[in-house]
Amino acid sequence: MQSLSNRKKVLEQKPMSFWERIYLPAIAKGLSITIKHFFKKIPTVKYPEEIRPYSKNFRGQHSLKRDEQGRERCTACGLCALSCPAEAITMTAAERKKGEENLYREEKYAVVYEINMLRCIFCGLCEEACPKEAIYLDGKHVTADYLRKDFIYGKDKLLEPKFDITKLSQNQQA
Amino acid sequence: METAFILEKLILVVIIFVVTLVIAMYSTLAERKIAGFMQDRYGPDRAGLFGLLQPLCDGGKFFFKEEIIPAGAHKTLFILGPTIAIITACISSAVIPWGQTLTIGDQAIKLQVADVNIGVLYIFGVIALGVYGIMLGGWASNNKFSLMGAIRAASQSISYEIAMGLSLIALLMVTGTLSIGEIVAQQSGFVNWNIWVQPLGFLIFMTCAFAECNRVPFDLPECETELVGGYHTEYSSMKLGLYMFSEYINMFVSSSLMAALYFGGYNFPFMYDLGLSENWITILGVIAFFLKIFGFIFFFMWVRWTLPRFRYDQLMNLGWKMLIPLAIANIVLTGIITIVKDTYF
Amino acid sequence: MTIFYFVAFLSIFFALMTIFTKNPVHSVLYLVITFFTFTVHYILLNAQFLAVVNFIVYMGAIMVLFLFVLMLLNLNKDTEPMKSHLVKFMGVIAGMCLLVTFLGAFRVLETNNEFVQGHADIGLVKNLGKVLFKDFLLPFELSSILLLTAMVGAVLLAKKETRTNQNG
Repeated sequence: MQSLSNRKKVLEQKPMSFWERIYLPAIAKGLSITIKHFFKKIPTVKYPEEIRPYSKNFRGQHSLKRDEQGRERCTACGLCALSCPAEAITMTAAERKKGEENLYREEKYAVVYEINMLRCIFCGLCEEACPKEAIYLDGKHVTADYLRKDFIYGKDKLLEPKFDITKLSQNQQA
Repeated sequence: METAFILEKLILVVIIFVVTLVIAMYSTLAERKIAGFMQDRYGPDRAGLFGLLQPLCDGGKFFFKEEIIPAGAHKTLFILGPTIAIITACISSAVIPWGQTLTIGDQAIKLQVADVNIGVLYIFGVIALGVYGIMLGGWASNNKFSLMGAIRAASQSISYEIAMGLSLIALLMVTGTLSIGEIVAQQSGFVNWNIWVQPLGFLIFMTCAFAECNRVPFDLPECETELVGGYHTEYSSMKLGLYMFSEYINMFVSSSLMAALYFGGYNFPFMYDLGLSENWITILGVIAFFLKIFGFIFFFMWVRWTLPRFRYDQLMNLGWKMLIPLAIANIVLTGIITIVKDTYF
Repeated sequence: MTIFYFVAFLSIFFALMTIFTKNPVHSVLYLVITFFTFTVHYILLNAQFLAVVNFIVYMGAIMVLFLFVLMLLNLNKDTEPMKSHLVKFMGVIAGMCLLVTFLGAFRVLETNNEFVQGHADIGLVKNLGKVLFKDFLLPFELSSILLLTAMVGAVLLAKKETRTNQNG
């Protein structure tokens, strides 16, 4: 058949020369290659003792943020759920009662906020869609588990722990 | 006198046994470590410092695994297989001279268990016997992969034994003795090593040693990719452990044989020029011998992680059409050189 | 002498086991043990070289080949045909003839021969080599030529078969 690209190369199988047939030079060459690798720097990172530096914009597990007074920022607007391409987020909204002003910043808040970690693709669109800066993908890796139901993370796992903002700034200075 | 002699030999035997087993144990670790480094990774390094406890963990695991004897297997021979393999591997180290005489008080202790005047042939016989372990195990398993492995082991070991023997004959023509102790004693210093007079013979001998130990590139009897582990496919627990152990012991013994026959054994350069006492020379000699052995073991492993396995017909071609004619040519060449040297110099 | 009788008993026992076992593989293994006892006999006669050669050649090579061939056979089925009485009868006669020959040979042999009594150096490689290459040079070379002929014949037989296969 004629070559279409005119770049066809006919592979010739020449009979091996004496040095090739004797096989020893080839062995010596192979041995020299492996011994070179023996002294090379090993790129392995010994994980539990050494942790590779994370990228600045690494997207890990989600966390629901609090404001400077320790109140939940989320107002259960549903924009994150809407923006989620994997449809991993569900929530139930409720009205803030009297006396709960120190718990929730807005008048409406999420009673239930669940992310299915098996569906989530960690794209970060929820983070971008949030008008209240309430959700960030700034955690560690989502760990493995045994049951599917355990991958549906509720507020108990997602919500940021309460902190005292004055101490936090002190810690950061120190 | 008699009891003292027996006691001395007994202690020596026990020491050699322990050393052999420890070296075989740590060869498994060394193999994995070297494989790791050659593939740009660390080997096992979790158990103990640098993974030094790994062989113990492996051994413990072997002992506690369930022992399975297949229903269709021939029970006696199935058990006899690994037994023969380990026994033949262990007894072959008896004639290897580990060092010169050590003088403690007024007692001179020769660091060799048995200086038989046919030591080389003894080792040959034991090696020849070693293949029975593999053959019996493979046949008794009643499994076609094991049978294939056993058949390959038999034909391979017989083919390469011939070339090995012929390469040794050339060496024996030079040394004029069959006793390994004498062969080593002849090679004092550095220029008297047999490698300088028998380079081709050494190359053939080493190739055959690889084949006899069933090491890569001649590991066709186990051949994981085709035969699912070959002769030990059906083995589990410590019986498998014994097979693997015997492989490493064989490697150790053949390394020590190569070091003794061709690389001067316990002799090291300038051993009598340093003005040391007899005992120190002996101790340094033992260390030198073991360094040589470790060098060879490293070479065994280095080759394993470099070369691919031979095809079966290539194996037979290499053995019968390359190594045996080469070995015979080597014998003829050695004979001619000896005659020329004797008549003209 | 007690060692000799013990080893001799073992060799006869295992030789009989070689004949009487039904399984061919067992038979070969008993034969291997028989050869091993022969090796011990040689050592008792101070013939170390012969002992080791017997060990290497018979136990290490020939019996491995026997086993090799047996493993290639299908031993599970009783494919062996029943031997006729005539064959058995012939076998008995042949065995008797062998026995008579042996007895005749033993009558000639003197028991106080130095080989039987165990000469200390008689079996060493050095002496054996001298005897072989000086006194018995011609028979030695002739036997080596005989072996070579057999080898060439075997190679020729194997070659011929492949050639007809290629043609046909």
